[in-house]
Amino acid sequence: MNKLSRLSLFALIAAGSLLLSLQAHTEEQVATLRKGTELNKENPKPAPLQNPSNKDIKRARSYPMQPPTIPHKTDNYQTNLNANKCLSCHSRSRVEESQAPMISVTHFMNRDGNFLADVSPRRYFCKQCHVTQVERKALVKNDFKDVNEMLKKDRKAH
Amino acid sequence: MSLSRRQFIKAQAASIAATAGGLSLPAASANLITATDETSLTWSKAPCRFCGTGCSVNVATKEGRVVATHGDIKSQVNRGLNCVKGYFLSKIMYGNDRLTTPLLRMKNGVYDKEGDFTSVSWDTAFDVMAEKFKKTLKEKGPDGVGMFGSGQWTVWEGYAAVKLMKAGFRTNNIDPNARHCMASAVGGFMRTFGIDEPMGCYDDFEHADAFVLWGSNMAEMHPILWTRLTDRRLSAPETQVCVLSTYEHRSFELADLPIIFTPQSDLAIGNFIANYIIQNNAVNTEFVNKHTNFRKGNADIGYGLRPEHPLEQKAKNSDNVGGSKPISFEEYAKFVSEYDVKKASEISGVSEDKLIKLAKIYADPKIKVMSLWTMGVNQHTRGVWMNNLIYNIHLLTGKISEPGNSPFSLTGQPSACGTAREVGTFSHRLPADMVVKNPKHRAYAEKIWKLPEGTVNPKVGAHAVLQNRKLKDGEINAYWVQCNNNIQAAANINEEALPGYRNPDNFIVVSDAYPTVTAQAADLILPTAMWVEKEGAYGNAERRTQFWHQLVDAPGEAKSDLWQLVEFSKRFKISEVWPAELIAKKPEYKDLSLYEVLFKNGNVDKFPLEQTSKDYNNFEAKEFGFYIQKGLFEEYAQFGRGHGHDLADFDRYHEERGLRWPVVDGKETLWRFREGSDPYVTKGKGFEFYGKPDGRANIFALPYEPPAESPDEDYPFWLSTGRVLEHWHSGSMTQRVPELYKAFPDAVCFMHPKDAKEKGFRRGDKVRIASRRGEIITRIETRGRNKPPQGLVFVPWFDARQLINKVTLDATDPISKQTDYKKCAIKIEKA
Repeated sequence: MNKLSRLSLFALIAAGSLLLSLQAHTEEQVATLRKGTELNKENPKPAPLQNPSNKDIKRARSYPMQPPTIPHKTDNYQTNLNANKCLSCHSRSRVEESQAPMISVTHFMNRDGNFLADVSPRRYFCKQCHVTQVERKALVKNDFKDVNEMLKKDRKAH
Repeated sequence: MSLSRRQFIKAQAASIAATAGGLSLPAASANLITATDETSLTWSKAPCRFCGTGCSVNVATKEGRVVATHGDIKSQVNRGLNCVKGYFLSKIMYGNDRLTTPLLRMKNGVYDKEGDFTSVSWDTAFDVMAEKFKKTLKEKGPDGVGMFGSGQWTVWEGYAAVKLMKAGFRTNNIDPNARHCMASAVGGFMRTFGIDEPMGCYDDFEHADAFVLWGSNMAEMHPILWTRLTDRRLSAPETQVCVLSTYEHRSFELADLPIIFTPQSDLAIGNFIANYIIQNNAVNTEFVNKHTNFRKGNADIGYGLRPEHPLEQKAKNSDNVGGSKPISFEEYAKFVSEYDVKKASEISGVSEDKLIKLAKIYADPKIKVMSLWTMGVNQHTRGVWMNNLIYNIHLLTGKISEPGNSPFSLTGQPSACGTAREVGTFSHRLPADMVVKNPKHRAYAEKIWKLPEGTVNPKVGAHAVLQNRKLKDGEINAYWVQCNNNIQAAANINEEALPGYRNPDNFIVVSDAYPTVTAQAADLILPTAMWVEKEGAYGNAERRTQFWHQLVDAPGEAKSDLWQLVEFSKRFKISEVWPAELIAKKPEYKDLSLYEVLFKNGNVDKFPLEQTSKDYNNFEAKEFGFYIQKGLFEEYAQFGRGHGHDLADFDRYHEERGLRWPVVDGKETLWRFREGSDPYVTKGKGFEFYGKPDGRANIFALPYEPPAESPDEDYPFWLSTGRVLEHWHSGSMTQRVPELYKAFPDAVCFMHPKDAKEKGFRRGDKVRIASRRGEIITRIETRGRNKPPQGLVFVPWFDARQLINKVTLDATDPISKQTDYKKCAIKIEKA
């Protein structure tokens, strides 16, 4: 390849990448969550109502302290002054029968960090932390990195 | 045949085992990494980014990224707990569409209102922006520019914004989104007590015998305070909980006394309780005689709509909405005597029996009562009145300022108190409850700021709703939005906000971490650092000021609101923004920049870079060459020290899990206005409401008045809007966390099953919700967490794809200028 053609190739690549970068950054619609629907318009097809996933398969936690998400439906589960339906499977006295995971030991601790004989009332309303999930793609990709991935990458790098 | 849950689980397990059977486990998964140098995480404290509860969170970082978060055990607020949003804080900064470069609408390489968003440098962005602000200031003066900020700004961001707008540009057209959530609470405090923010604190939860929720769904909106309330209710069975609302929600799960009332009728219920207390000789006469005054407020004050609206034309006192005159106890008693149980029951639709039960809780001197309220009371065209009426009840019985006896206005945002209210980012305010109308307050500010007399504009600026109207009318032409999403949050966006932002006369700048719908409506988008990407301070609902360090760096070119405000100020010379007669009083300022006058003034730049923490980065301090956060905070603290708003020294807050002001002699104050607990109370007084010159709080005679819009033949349903547990406000952070999105993915219309049946709807049907102003398309939900009565529907506003605020009405409380998002008339048809 002679000098001239090499130069023009560079120019071509440079122009191409400039064009690409301009295209990549010139947008009319930036509001990602609207999925292209203009502000003064209405999306004629809102997503259908979707029931929570009910497969009963445990999901990975993003970090150890993350409250596990609920892998089953909870329709009509009562949690009120009279009853807590969740505890009928997940309490310490019921897990042998139900084979459901027992609530975490932290749930027996009161405000001062002392362990009580039974679940602390401050943990009574389970759904404040534990939520069901519909089976659907994330609305926007999340780039959170699991610390395990980082550790593995570090090991490889060594 | 239906499988039992156990059978189902077994079947699932077998199928998984079969799938896994042929696979060998990857070798790495069998390993356990135990070396401390690899597995150790750096843990730091930070307040949660979401609601006004102000939980403290432990944040783990590794290699410049947040990798985990959990509730801070050492925090008195939450003692190791978080709600589901708090537990997922780790992910809020990592949405794939973070803004990393300024974006300007351009056509053919230059700015064009109709152009496409194009990536530009900060220099270009600020060049164009400064040109627009200068042009507007020249043509229209200070009234032509404006700013809309946030109760989610850090304390110093709000303070820097106030200085730039009120001292630099000399305009009071600055308001926070806290106007939408807390303005009525502020109005209530100022009218009754003459000083803002609750007298009690969260310790009241462990001392109260009864809790009354007046229009607050704490179970979803203040989940960790709800855990404290639940803890008390369930561990002390003699306690009771009363929940009042216009529809049934999760907080009713704990209600001993559940009350559903007709929208707006809380005014009648409040007056009935006061009447019941008087009729049954339950007035704490000694307290009332010593510590209160009675006043009658102006009635018929309109609805904060545009002045040409028939409702405003008709209102008798629309020109003196906050006016009142002194009356006697007897006159007050006569005024409320009209609200007997029969009348209250007729107006509210609540049974007489329930109303009496509720009144008895307050009337019984042995029951310590904590009243709690948020948006049901504040987002109300008579929101200030309703705040006043609740205080009336507590003052008549003397149930105030003592552990467990506590009228407690809950705050929506993490720093609505700390930044919006205490710093005074409102269009009428200055720091520490001072106001621009008062010449002494202006002089005080000018002295601290080292500015010539007359710098601060005495004219009250445009509040949130008025800003949108002025944008539409072309009166505000250069406008900066930081740290909020007002195209999703403001009411009646179809008729006011959207036309305002897209008005060809206007240049709209939006600073945000993510491309929100407000960013979409802007002309220039500035990429913004968030939460622990900067050093910050928030003030929560119990007067607790909390600090955090910068724990990670912001992505790309994203910069904090603080950096943006201060850097932008470098582009203005005093001679370009101040009139000659003002400059004549300080000629040495003439050729200085706003940056030099506002931020290199000997106060803000007082603390050297060396005083920043050795363990954490501080981008802004390094950029400006001094510890700017400390300088701003210490200058700001001068406003409140010695005036009932004392803050501790800057450095101490980095060591503490927050402190509740006033912090006097190093000690925080838990209960204000009571001797022995509040150092500001004069010895021997017992109680002293020192916000008022005579130390007495006001009990107000205020009537029931109807809402601005009620259902009729054409629009037969009430619409109430609000939040859900899993999403914070407009969802710009939480919709980007997959677990939170999948927990509550789309807005729906919660409706009574009988209403649905009558309309021929089935659960999941697609419907069009329309008001006289706009419409959305959504789906019917007849089950789930919210159970409205017949005739009312609830639609949450977190979903950017279903902008329910196209439908709502921009009627406001005429005193507080806060919008009523809980009441308007709609129709619903199949779509």
